[in-house]
Amino acid sequence: MSPMSPVSPVGTVRPVAAESTALYDIPGPKALRRHRLYGFAATAAIIALLAWAVQLLFATGQFTAVKWRPFAYQGIQELLLRGLANTLLAFACAAVLSLVLGGVLACGRLSEHRPVRWLATAVVEFFRAMPVLVMIFFIFVALQVRALPALVAGLTLYNGSVLAEVFRTGVNSVERGQREAAYALGLRKTQVMTYVLVPQAVRAMLPTIISQLVVALKDTSLGYLITYEEFLHAGKLIASNLDYDVPFIPVVMVISPVYIGMCMLLSWCAHRLRRRAPGPRGSRRRPVPPHQARTPAS
Amino acid sequence: MDVLTENFSLYGEGFLGTVELTVYASLLALALGFLMASCRVAPVRSLRAIGTVWVTVLRNTPLTLLFFAVLLGLPRFGLVLPFQLFAVLALGCYTSAFICEVLRSGIGTVPKGQGEAARGLGMTFGQTLGAVILPQAFRTVIPPIGSTLIALAKNSAIAGAFSVTELLGTYKTLNERGFSIIWTFVWIAAGYLVITLAISALFNVLEKRWGLVR
Repeated sequence: MSPMSPVSPVGTVRPVAAESTALYDIPGPKALRRHRLYGFAATAAIIALLAWAVQLLFATGQFTAVKWRPFAYQGIQELLLRGLANTLLAFACAAVLSLVLGGVLACGRLSEHRPVRWLATAVVEFFRAMPVLVMIFFIFVALQVRALPALVAGLTLYNGSVLAEVFRTGVNSVERGQREAAYALGLRKTQVMTYVLVPQAVRAMLPTIISQLVVALKDTSLGYLITYEEFLHAGKLIASNLDYDVPFIPVVMVISPVYIGMCMLLSWCAHRLRRRAPGPRGSRRRPVPPHQARTPAS
Repeated sequence: MDVLTENFSLYGEGFLGTVELTVYASLLALALGFLMASCRVAPVRSLRAIGTVWVTVLRNTPLTLLFFAVLLGLPRFGLVLPFQLFAVLALGCYTSAFICEVLRSGIGTVPKGQGEAARGLGMTFGQTLGAVILPQAFRTVIPPIGSTLIALAKNSAIAGAFSVTELLGTYKTLNERGFSIIWTFVWIAAGYLVITLAISALFNVLEKRWGLVR
């Protein structure tokens, strides 16, 4: 395992000349010419593909005025904004609650009492292994809860369990000497946790925590499937409107940049924090292996 | 218990649907992810840009939105395929972004000296890649690929809500037939546990066989 965090930043295109990989040497003039040729070919292919897609959009009449007119109406705009507000509301509730649940479960897993530890482990493992949607549907259908609480509860159970593992790895990755020194100073168990281990763990784990919150934000769109009136639901309402000639593609073209933009903003925060995290100079922290560093779940 | 025994064929159909979806989408995700990973580590800038855009966009797209766009959007361009194929497409593309990142970080863990030594011995690019770098990268990526594929199996539940035959979708029929909802969900949960545990067992075996000894 390399000493560097293997979760490399997304969105950076590193110049090859500055850093060669194990795959190839720094290219010479002949190879550079060839690479430029490949580059031209790839660019041309992509431009052709894009042009074909745009032409297809025009050919199927996606840019006709009647399909785009609804977005000029105030009622429709308010519908979309209300949907967005509902999405953000669900996200905020789920984020706060899953951080709390994660904290509680992590305490349980790090507990010195065996029954507590077993119980927390069972809960964490079960909810991590279940699809979020099964939980949401179960709460919504079997427990007869309204849509928002069902969505928030499902997201909280899943993300809380994942965050519990993140917190636990974070606490365990703090160098052992820190804990030993704290105990040697006569601090009690709780004090060691709150004053020494948790602050360092949170700092180390903040990027991963935010990455997990991106997952929560993406999963709020599952509310659409249980008819929670969130952003995608609002889009679907507009898209199925016969008065505007069923503007499905325009709706997708309006909605997806907003969703992707929100998630990218949050991912970008995580990425910034990851880069700014103190390196090995400060405290010697074990890097988190890739399969623990981020859970790609949905 | 009788919920399972009396509706065994329905559950079986749903279970097989989920397994099929998982297997096909996994294959697509692995192939596309490998392609995109090779783009991302290529020495050609525009290929790298393509890979980066693919990964960044797909990783930040909610899967429900992707399903929504693919299953309901593509037919509007005259592309009419069975829903299951669409679901495999959406799920495979989505997961390929994560697979791509895993593979890329796997290649990143191979020390630079390995490639330099291989070229120093006069190996061609293909030989360096096939005999030196990929075997080493493969060892480190087994566990993360396993967890990515488990996530894929869990995500396949979303397809059920878009009228694709799979495990979660069986609850609707059972609900209409008047069976206990709680037990219905218990068996659905058991089905998913079987699938995820099977994948994790498979990857444990792979890791034991080829994994890096730490």
